[in-house]
Amino acid sequence: MIKLNPKLSQKFAVAFLFCATIVAIIPVVIIIFIIIKNGYSAISLEFLTAMPTNGMRSGGIFPAIVGTLSIVFCAILITLPIGVCAAIYLNEYAKDTLLTRLIKLAIVNLAGIPSVVYGLFGLGIFVMFLGFGVSIIAGALTLSIMELPVIITTARGALNSVPPAFREASLALGVSRWQTIRHIVLPNALPGILTGAILSIARISGETAPILFTAAAFYLPHIPRSPFDQVMALPYHLYIISTQIPNMPKNIIFATALVLLMMVLSMSLIAIIARIYFRKRRKW
Amino acid sequence: MAQIEIKNFNLYYGSFQGLKNVNMTIKEKRITSMIGPSGCGKSTLLRSINRMNDMIEGVKTEGEINIAGNNIYDQNIDIDVLRRNVGMVFQRPNPFPISVYNNVSFGLEVNRIERKRNVIDEIVQKSLESVLLWDDIKDKLKKSALLLTLEQQQRLCIARVIAVRPQIILLDEPCSSLDPHATQRIEELMMRLKEDYTIVIVTHNMQQAARVSQDTAFMLLGELIEFDKTSKIFTNPGDKKTDDYVSGRFG
Repeated sequence: MIKLNPKLSQKFAVAFLFCATIVAIIPVVIIIFIIIKNGYSAISLEFLTAMPTNGMRSGGIFPAIVGTLSIVFCAILITLPIGVCAAIYLNEYAKDTLLTRLIKLAIVNLAGIPSVVYGLFGLGIFVMFLGFGVSIIAGALTLSIMELPVIITTARGALNSVPPAFREASLALGVSRWQTIRHIVLPNALPGILTGAILSIARISGETAPILFTAAAFYLPHIPRSPFDQVMALPYHLYIISTQIPNMPKNIIFATALVLLMMVLSMSLIAIIARIYFRKRRKW
Repeated sequence: MAQIEIKNFNLYYGSFQGLKNVNMTIKEKRITSMIGPSGCGKSTLLRSINRMNDMIEGVKTEGEINIAGNNIYDQNIDIDVLRRNVGMVFQRPNPFPISVYNNVSFGLEVNRIERKRNVIDEIVQKSLESVLLWDDIKDKLKKSALLLTLEQQQRLCIARVIAVRPQIILLDEPCSSLDPHATQRIEELMMRLKEDYTIVIVTHNMQQAARVSQDTAFMLLGELIEFDKTSKIFTNPGDKKTDDYVSGRFG
């Protein structure tokens, strides 16, 4: 082993760590660059607001955008209240028993299940057993089950970051546990919970496997009328036009990817801005 | 009567015994201080008086603490009512991140003790007056409590406790994060408040105990070693260990 002098080895270490960081961001930059370069020519108001025509080879992707938004909106509507309630229970009430440790372990493991397994689960339970059919509601339920562990984990983090001194002060005033949570803990945890929810929306917008068997339609050029309607969805639509349709114009494929990417990125951006805003306003 | 009668009181953290058979009677409308080295159980004992230790997992207690003749460890005691009667001020000022006014009115409003706005206004003013804060901040009631100085924050925390009309106020090293001037003024405040409230203070600072309290309890390793008039504890203690501690030979 060559012994470098400490100053030099410090420089090497920093350079090496910096390179590793660069490697991490290069693919992101390249992906975004390629998608924009190949896709921007097809982006227009019509592309965003029109029905697909000519076997999806022209026209717009409006039904897929609406489909994705409605599935994701329903999913977050289901998963957020349940997730926050579970997080409150686990963080504020649950004693450290074998049962709660099992629940926490299950939550961690649920987050590691491949999303296609959730898709099959949704097909079995919501589409077939409960008879919702392939529909927005079946897809939303499947996505919400998949996202529940993430919501619970981020909400617990947000609740945990509220200083214990606030809880103590409130309890010492003879305020009950629940009132303390409602008036002190929740208002201060809300920013964290909301940013977590927005990031979840971003994440599930791009999910394909869970909605593959439960919500997504191959080709359905109209707007859904009820939660029990089948819909087109952006990620699945992207998969179809890139693999199943012969003679598909390249720029439409990339433009569809670009729209999906922008939806996800803008959601993350909103979360980042919200976090900065709340951090500035935070007073402790 | 708001005297606190502690009888054969034991407290365990799991298998560790934090308090060993404590017996003492704290008289009302006086300041009683608890002194002793870190980890001697003085804060634990203080927090037993309004059952704040209930929040810690694995805590078990034996024996009684009677306030006005009722054992607060009885099954049918309403802990929220108990804590309204036995207020607590903590080591670090911990006002809520809301306005000064809402800090003081919080206990009243959330517990629905009082609903009439003008009555609440009056209680807020009286509580702030009694901690000598009203004149300084009557124009800043809508401002965030976290903009106040540490000393003002600690006064606000005392006002917040007073607003729910307790009979007993527990103070857990209330001056440990304040500078000497602020400490002196908080001590003056405590001496004013003892006219109306029974005050129990835990302190690291022996001079503080000697300055403010009428009675002093010396604790060591979970045991109450000696409890007597403050003047006696500091000039002529009955126990060798107390003597060693107050004269600075250990601790």
